[in-house]
Amino acid sequence: MTAKQTPLYQQHVDAGAKIVDFSGWQMPVHYGSQLDEHHAVRQSAGVFDVSHMNIVDLHGTGSKAFLQHLLANDVDRLKNPGKALYSCMLMDDGGIIDDLIVYFMNESWYRMILNAGRHDKDMKWINSSRHDFQNVRLSERPDLAMLAIQGPQAIERFSSLLSDEAADRVAELAVFQACEIDEVFIARTGYTGEDGLELILPGNDAVDLWQQLMMADVKPAGLGARDTLRLEAGMLLYGLDMDETTSPLVSGLGWTVAWQPESRDFIGRRALQAVKRDSHLQRMVGLLLTGRGVLRSHQQVQFADGSSGEITSGSYSPTLARSIALARVPATVKTGDSCKVDIRGRPVSAIVVKCPFVRYGKPCIETEQK
Amino acid sequence: MSNVPRELKYTKSHEWILAGDDGLVTIGITDYAQVLLGDMVFIELPEIDKKLDAGDECSVIESVKAASDVYAPVAGTVIAVNEKLVDAPELINEDPYGEGWMFRLQIADVSELDGLMDADAYEAIEADD
Repeated sequence: MTAKQTPLYQQHVDAGAKIVDFSGWQMPVHYGSQLDEHHAVRQSAGVFDVSHMNIVDLHGTGSKAFLQHLLANDVDRLKNPGKALYSCMLMDDGGIIDDLIVYFMNESWYRMILNAGRHDKDMKWINSSRHDFQNVRLSERPDLAMLAIQGPQAIERFSSLLSDEAADRVAELAVFQACEIDEVFIARTGYTGEDGLELILPGNDAVDLWQQLMMADVKPAGLGARDTLRLEAGMLLYGLDMDETTSPLVSGLGWTVAWQPESRDFIGRRALQAVKRDSHLQRMVGLLLTGRGVLRSHQQVQFADGSSGEITSGSYSPTLARSIALARVPATVKTGDSCKVDIRGRPVSAIVVKCPFVRYGKPCIETEQK
Repeated sequence: MSNVPRELKYTKSHEWILAGDDGLVTIGITDYAQVLLGDMVFIELPEIDKKLDAGDECSVIESVKAASDVYAPVAGTVIAVNEKLVDAPELINEDPYGEGWMFRLQIADVSELDGLMDADAYEAIEADD
């Protein structure tokens, strides 16, 4: 299989990007310094090429009923055109096939944004779940590009490229709400913990927009910064923090499961219902390393009572200048508990903290040891 | 292209070695390696007076992305470490062959240096990577 490139590949190379393979796509991991890109998004504005993500449109009057079966969250919550919903797509046993955002466009059109790395699994799953449903047509949209413009100045700088009328419409967008302006789908969503937009537009127009954003002083940011930003924001990453072996209930995603109405028979419901009240279910927490080192996925976490957990994703937090992580731990663990993380055979001290670590440019947790 | 100073020796695991007088050598990681690893955020340096064999894991450098071991290129005793890196690991990114040096060894057998790669051989390795 040859590596795929987004319409912006050459722009990345020209901007000095270090290109890496990401699920079969040649993507920019950074353009010189991941830390600088991270800070640019926290302090001003950055843009990520996320055109590798899988955009799937569902057309037809049966789309809503199908999605109410396919997704653990309920698209009936979406009433206004352009409104977005975050959901997991589950297997029968409650394991997570993927996490996604679904937009309600109109009564016979929904749009899902799924992870690039899960493309084949997702499409196979969606297609095999579909046969009992009439009037649903699926179309993948590889013809579209997707950009995430994020940071406190993101909306202002992007809007400087628009007509006054269009800029007003963007300014009025509520969080998790999208609109369409001249073939550009503009959503007030993101994966950084900052204000910002995600744009979906024809691939042929992507280079032009990218160049205009550069002129408007929006900094290119790579997948590296995207990962540290989402971790600071306490947002989960498929494949690390959740996968087919974990349910939303042990992944900090219980809030995304819509139990009501009870008559809605979504895939995985029965399995989740069976364990829902189990007080021994593990849960996700944040960890702040107080000792020296860097927390990483799969490191073991030991608590004073002898119980243990595991880090699902960890890194260095550029904003806090400390190492942070998400960890799956026993239900008994509480915010403020101390623990030891096994870093290459050495026990290093950490404490359990409440997520997010950082929101809107500001730390949400104390990093000084009492 | 990354910077490969002619006067240094190199290893396959991307350490550079500056041979001084009297069997004293300075070791760090190459420009190529620091670009590959990305922004450095944490360094664990070897202990002073520690005796190392060639190939021993003696230090850990962590970038935002990942942790990597640094190996002793030749056998010797650690006589100095770059303490500045503890608070400023980014020096490895900014100046890998200068301010970003990691540790110094007193080596017993100077002829071991002959087994290391020169700049041309190291560039060939980079090209293959």
